[in-house]
Amino acid sequence: MSSTPVSVPLDTSRDRRIPFAPVRDTMAIAQRNLIAYIRVPQLLVFSTIQPVIFVLMFRYVFGGAIDTGPIPYVDYLMPGIFVQTVVFGAIAAAIGLAADVKSGLMERFHALPMARSAVLAGRTIADLVRNVLVVILMMVVGFLVGWRIHTNVLALIGAALLVLLFGYAMSWIFSTLGLAVKDPESAQAAAFPILAPLVFASSAFVRVESMPGWLQVFAEHQPVSATASAVRALTIGGPTAEYVWQAIAWDVGILLVFAPIAVRLYRRAV
Amino acid sequence: MSDSADVVEGLRKRYGDVEALAGIDFEVQRGTVFGLLGPNGAGKTTAIRVLATVLLPDAGRAEVLGHDVVKQADAVRRRIGLAGQFAAVDPNLTGRENLRLVGVLSQMRRPEIMPRADELLRRFDLADAADRPLRTYSGGMRRRLDIAASLVPRPPVLFLDEPTTGLDLTSRNELWEMIHELVRDGTTVLLTTQYLEEADRLAGRIAVVDDGRVIANDAPDRLKSQLGSTVVELGIRGDGRAERAVGLLSGRIGGRVEREGELLRITSDQGAHVLVEVLRVLETDGLEPDTLTVREPSLDDVFLALTGHHAEDASDADGKGDAA
Repeated sequence: MSSTPVSVPLDTSRDRRIPFAPVRDTMAIAQRNLIAYIRVPQLLVFSTIQPVIFVLMFRYVFGGAIDTGPIPYVDYLMPGIFVQTVVFGAIAAAIGLAADVKSGLMERFHALPMARSAVLAGRTIADLVRNVLVVILMMVVGFLVGWRIHTNVLALIGAALLVLLFGYAMSWIFSTLGLAVKDPESAQAAAFPILAPLVFASSAFVRVESMPGWLQVFAEHQPVSATASAVRALTIGGPTAEYVWQAIAWDVGILLVFAPIAVRLYRRAV
Repeated sequence: MSDSADVVEGLRKRYGDVEALAGIDFEVQRGTVFGLLGPNGAGKTTAIRVLATVLLPDAGRAEVLGHDVVKQADAVRRRIGLAGQFAAVDPNLTGRENLRLVGVLSQMRRPEIMPRADELLRRFDLADAADRPLRTYSGGMRRRLDIAASLVPRPPVLFLDEPTTGLDLTSRNELWEMIHELVRDGTTVLLTTQYLEEADRLAGRIAVVDDGRVIANDAPDRLKSQLGSTVVELGIRGDGRAERAVGLLSGRIGGRVEREGELLRITSDQGAHVLVEVLRVLETDGLEPDTLTVREPSLDDVFLALTGHHAEDASDADGKGDAA
């Protein structure tokens, strides 16, 4: 193959680097994804109204029938609600990325001189920002329906950070899903069978001990239960460290597995 | 520096069992419009995607302005604009926000971006819709914004994949005019199309692509003169009458005669004059056509002339290549 050496100076003015370009690219993508929350009513409803309905339903409809021993049900419920909210919210990453592949926007991104990391980083950071707002909203709703902190403000902040870390890990699972299926409707359809067992076969809303034995095995050893237990320990009191480390270990494990897969899929997603 | 803006040599790309590019070669001179002409699934989109650094080739070499699309992808990306087959825009952003996003991601400096976006919105007749989300745009408006987006960083090389698909006649003519303007200003354009008329109107040179290979590469006029500028199609029904007509016409008119069943196709470069000749010859034997069409040659005629077969729509065969 003839490789003509480039002897004549090429126009290099286009190769100037802008300082902090990867950060700028990531912020531009994150901003673009956040704008969607403001402009698409379903997305906003899904991420705010829907968890509020869950709180009201479990607090006032099912709560009376659920035995959580000496702990008031509302104090048991709210940590589960926080976790459930960020899991459901993570579907947005699957649908959003699948839509970007399908619309051809991903093809355009691949042809732009932008940081290769920006699309996934921007996507997951946008969802993190949304989660901050949604978790604060859910805390306010919790206080209004009688949720109380039995520890201190620092523990509460720690609990919130743990929920956000878990939500961030979930964003990478669902980003992977969205890039794998490449179609928003399929992404939505594929997401539900993943999140339903995670959220409902867990200690999020009921005690694991109330489930049949075979289900307990799963329910006790999965990240939603781990995070809910850690948040409970941080807001109700009692032994805490073990639960918190378990939850963090899940998040780190999820990120280590799914971030590289998502990045690989992104590179090939056209 | 070489005169070529794009160089493609022996490029191959396979999707599973299907060879989308089977060793394709062509060069695009700077400041010209080059048309890749072929049916769905011929490999046009795959070729553009490799040149635009979106896809990695399996073999071969492609360069844009002297930069290798694999080894110097970032340098290539700083010099190209790509408008793919579907309007690749964010439906939730306004027209202005879409252009700004592309400006930022194209590594333009902030003060340069908004004036450029406004200029493009005016030029593409989208100024009134600039602050509406794309969801409210018509198909033609989206397409125009998509092409505007590809122009934000003033790329010296522009790739347009079937740019007029889905546009109405007015928008199509406007886009053609715009492409002429861009080339006058020094932009190199590589476009794909399924329409000979479009390639003829826009391109200084056309490569006809079939099954991932270039089967002809020439100036449009030369291609057409090989082909004839006028196609006359006669339907002659009845037992053996069409066959008799071929016998009568062969050698007696200035053009090539082919028969497919009861359909006669006469290709000629003598314009409408051939029609008068044909009818006169047929009349000597009392033959009268049942149907009659006079038209310009189409992609299908190009294929018949070059390959002896019709331009088959192979969109399934190209996997995601041309179909998506």
